[in-house]
Amino acid sequence: MTETHADYQLSQLDQLEAESIHIFREVAAEFEKPVLMFSGGKDSIVMLRLAEKAFYPAKIPFPVLQVDTGYDFPEVIACRDKWVSRLGVRLIVASVEQAIADGIVVDDGKTSRNRLQIGTLLNALEEGSFTAAFGGGRRDEEKARAKERVYSHRDEFGQWDPKMQRPELWSLYNGRIHEGEHMRIFPISNWTELDIWHYIGREGIEIPAIYFSHQRRVFQRDGMLLTESDFNPLRTGESAEERTVRFRTVGDLTLTGCVESEADTIDKIIDEIAIARVTERGATRGDDRFSEAAMEDRKKEGYF
Amino acid sequence: MSDSPTGLTQAQKAEQVRSMDLLRFATAGSVDDGKSTLIGRLLLDSKSIFEDQLEAVEATSQSKGYDYTDLALLTDGLRSEREQGITIDVAYRYFATPTRKFIIADTPGHVQYTRNMVTGASTADLGLVLVDARQGLTEQSRRHAVILSLLRVPHLVLAVNKMDLVDFSQEIYEKIHAEFTQFATKLNIPDLEVIPISALQGDNVVTRSEKMPWYSGPTLMHHLEHVHVASDRDLVDVRFPVQYVVRPKSDEHHDYRGYGGMVAGGVLKPGDEVVVLPSGMTSKIAGIDLFDQEVSEAFPPMSVTVRLEDDVDVSRGDMIARPANAPKPSQDIDAMVCWMTNEPLRPRQKLAIKHTTRSARALVKDIQYRLDVNTLHRDQDTKELGLNEIGRVQLRTTVPLLCDPYSKNRATGSFILIDEATGVTVGGGMINSAS
Repeated sequence: MTETHADYQLSQLDQLEAESIHIFREVAAEFEKPVLMFSGGKDSIVMLRLAEKAFYPAKIPFPVLQVDTGYDFPEVIACRDKWVSRLGVRLIVASVEQAIADGIVVDDGKTSRNRLQIGTLLNALEEGSFTAAFGGGRRDEEKARAKERVYSHRDEFGQWDPKMQRPELWSLYNGRIHEGEHMRIFPISNWTELDIWHYIGREGIEIPAIYFSHQRRVFQRDGMLLTESDFNPLRTGESAEERTVRFRTVGDLTLTGCVESEADTIDKIIDEIAIARVTERGATRGDDRFSEAAMEDRKKEGYF
Repeated sequence: MSDSPTGLTQAQKAEQVRSMDLLRFATAGSVDDGKSTLIGRLLLDSKSIFEDQLEAVEATSQSKGYDYTDLALLTDGLRSEREQGITIDVAYRYFATPTRKFIIADTPGHVQYTRNMVTGASTADLGLVLVDARQGLTEQSRRHAVILSLLRVPHLVLAVNKMDLVDFSQEIYEKIHAEFTQFATKLNIPDLEVIPISALQGDNVVTRSEKMPWYSGPTLMHHLEHVHVASDRDLVDVRFPVQYVVRPKSDEHHDYRGYGGMVAGGVLKPGDEVVVLPSGMTSKIAGIDLFDQEVSEAFPPMSVTVRLEDDVDVSRGDMIARPANAPKPSQDIDAMVCWMTNEPLRPRQKLAIKHTTRSARALVKDIQYRLDVNTLHRDQDTKELGLNEIGRVQLRTTVPLLCDPYSKNRATGSFILIDEATGVTVGGGMINSAS
């Protein structure tokens, strides 16, 4: 038996964990068909861990849904498979390639895979008739997210209307929806990037290897360092070279930039972030840089 | 172990993070009071703003022809707001100092003010009200204090802003201080601090102002970092709303049956005698699980799984309490309700109600009075509550609620009302008494 806190104080990480567990249980109790949207990134792995804790020793009572862009990092897929087999949770993979083949989304050669994910995701949610979908969004990530509720209502088209949000009081969540609508649930809304890393360190959580410093052949494009790969042919004037890098976010390989870094442990990553001067999205996500309101637009369409 | 840039070892830093606590605070004030500028200042001075965010704001300020960086732009999130230059909804912000993490519920001062302020204040440990030193207390600042007091936010800070525009005058500060203290005697504010600041120039926000040597109190940041919030919780009256029944039904844990939930009050320990409400069945706590560990006690706001010695019938919506200290199951509820939708609340109306983990239906039996949040006047002639109005309401529920007065416990004393047709949250309630 572990001794808890003599002064009845919970640290802020413990408070965040307790809040997230509360949200997972509330959704599992009130929604008919929840699903956890899994990106393979550190935030969604922390969500898996929190869900594991919420229902232990029972298994997580809902499946995990991943949108496969076709351009995913192999290290991310490997890590996902380990988690899924350890937890014994059902994995549903919705493939963008398949969605293109089925005519659900249209690849015009200009649209990014992250954008094509929206249609693929919405289709998978509809096909599975899921009524609640957990997402790993954090309010510190971006200005539009700062105003989003923990329970975020989506209409029949999967759209978010910031002006129609329900007030969210105390820890009383309103999960009522109509036929065809669903709720996006953000259990880690109140966590910051630093909280996530501290928690990964404290819990010894396994995350994809690409978060740690490694050697990789990269090239410069639009001010970002991108991975050389078959999905991402070099354009005229671009040249790849080997650098010591790591990734701060995980997404479509063709769009997710890395940063030069020697941080090969969680502690070193935390040190690096504590003195970082650019937000994780601003630094390494091409899809958020197209316009100042890029995230707001994608959210309204039904992006995570 | 290597030394970090801050000069602490990894072990020391890990310890610091482990012991870091949390303060949730709500801010209130209108655009003109400089609230967004103050939040921008707190984020900037605690180094929670990143270069790309600051650059974006500097560029916007420049394109608008300002001669200073408009820190308010850091917090105006949605494009529609930026276009209109106003904040339309509650926004949450985060920053941390080495000892504490802060969650700010940033609420607008004007449009939809009550609805948003009530939402922001419902989870806050501290309320921060801003006034413009040139104008002194306004109807709006009084209103904000009233709402924070109604929501039982235990700590209140009145920040007298724009001191730079009144030549850092002690006299003006003293006058506002005295006037507010006088007004606060009518409210329930256990802890009040009045701090003279200039959000624009940073005086008394993080660093002590050299221009106000007459002020000997704390800076705003110092106060936020040190205000004691742990004793605001109820550690005496055991309240454990059962949220989720954990039943693995696996070979390994064949007989496991646990009750998942968040402790709403008191300290639970293995061996404690407990009563399950509303059935009234008694048992003893066999063990308390936090993931794969057994813990020796559980207190608010821990999320744990409680196992009982006896095989009693317990389900979601029930409450575990102590036999000699348990709420009485009640169907007649007297509460202060804040109404949040256009269609007014009227007697005989039927609504869905959610209280802790229990859902039921409620009938509005009577609206006793409407509270004027500017004057505290009780208007007994109106028989309805409009959007953003607060009033005293009598409800009858279809099933008993296991509740406490809101003044005793904010978790077991609060509820939300839901429109059964639209599914929208239309009201928030704070229980006065129940029978």
